[in-house]
Amino acid sequence: MTAHDPGIDDALWDAVADPSRRRVLDLLVARGDATPTVLAAELPFTRQAVTKHLGVLERAGLVTSRRAGREVRYSVTASALSRASELMTETAKRWDARLARIKAIAEELHAQESRDA
Amino acid sequence: MSAYAIERAIDIDAPVDVVWRTITEPDKIRTWFADAVELDARPNGEGTLRFRVDEPDPLVVPITVVTVDRPRTFAYRWIPQPDRHPGPGNAVLVTFTLEPDGDTRTRLRVVETGVDELDWPEAEKREYVKDHLEGWAEHGGRLQTLFEDTAAS
Repeated sequence: MTAHDPGIDDALWDAVADPSRRRVLDLLVARGDATPTVLAAELPFTRQAVTKHLGVLERAGLVTSRRAGREVRYSVTASALSRASELMTETAKRWDARLARIKAIAEELHAQESRDA
Repeated sequence: MSAYAIERAIDIDAPVDVVWRTITEPDKIRTWFADAVELDARPNGEGTLRFRVDEPDPLVVPITVVTVDRPRTFAYRWIPQPDRHPGPGNAVLVTFTLEPDGDTRTRLRVVETGVDELDWPEAEKREYVKDHLEGWAEHGGRLQTLFEDTAAS
């Protein structure tokens, strides 16, 4: 019932907890495969910033890189992304769980007060 | 609107005033949220939420009440750092909105915004997201959808 989830994967979270980095990842997922230059053209970040984000994503195993001529191309790693989605889904459920508890408590309180009235 | 925002809602079979008490009275909040709650539920009132009280790494979260418009709107800011005062720019805003549906039903909506607008160091934001936030449900949903699209194509 606490907010803490000890089971989360720290590297994945670190990688995707930053909103700017999630935008880079979102776009790369949509593209499938891209260079930092291509990604930077569609984002309000510099190529250097995009490259830095990609580096963090790569260390978390979310993307892989390969050299293509003078540039490096990045692509998403399906299995890691799938794991990240699972973590997100688990986390997203917390407010729903709280609301469900609020509902149960309020309805019980209402029933109790109706009986007492 | 902040890029980071989560919105959730639920229909409750109880009058709006009962729901209001459930989300604003400390002894009720304790049953659905934190392990221990102190709260002065007035505008600018302060309080603390305590999590993991019986564990080796307890967490104390200061909150500051922003809006008290009984029985329609209750909003507060919270920050996962015991020694800081929650305010605009350094804390996440949680807003509950209650809509009566007849005399015995209420629609409760919660909106949480702001973590990406905070002026904290990146490491603190990451820690916050890790420890507390459900916030990127939206981003998560979008990522997942995009991923499925990519996998299908």
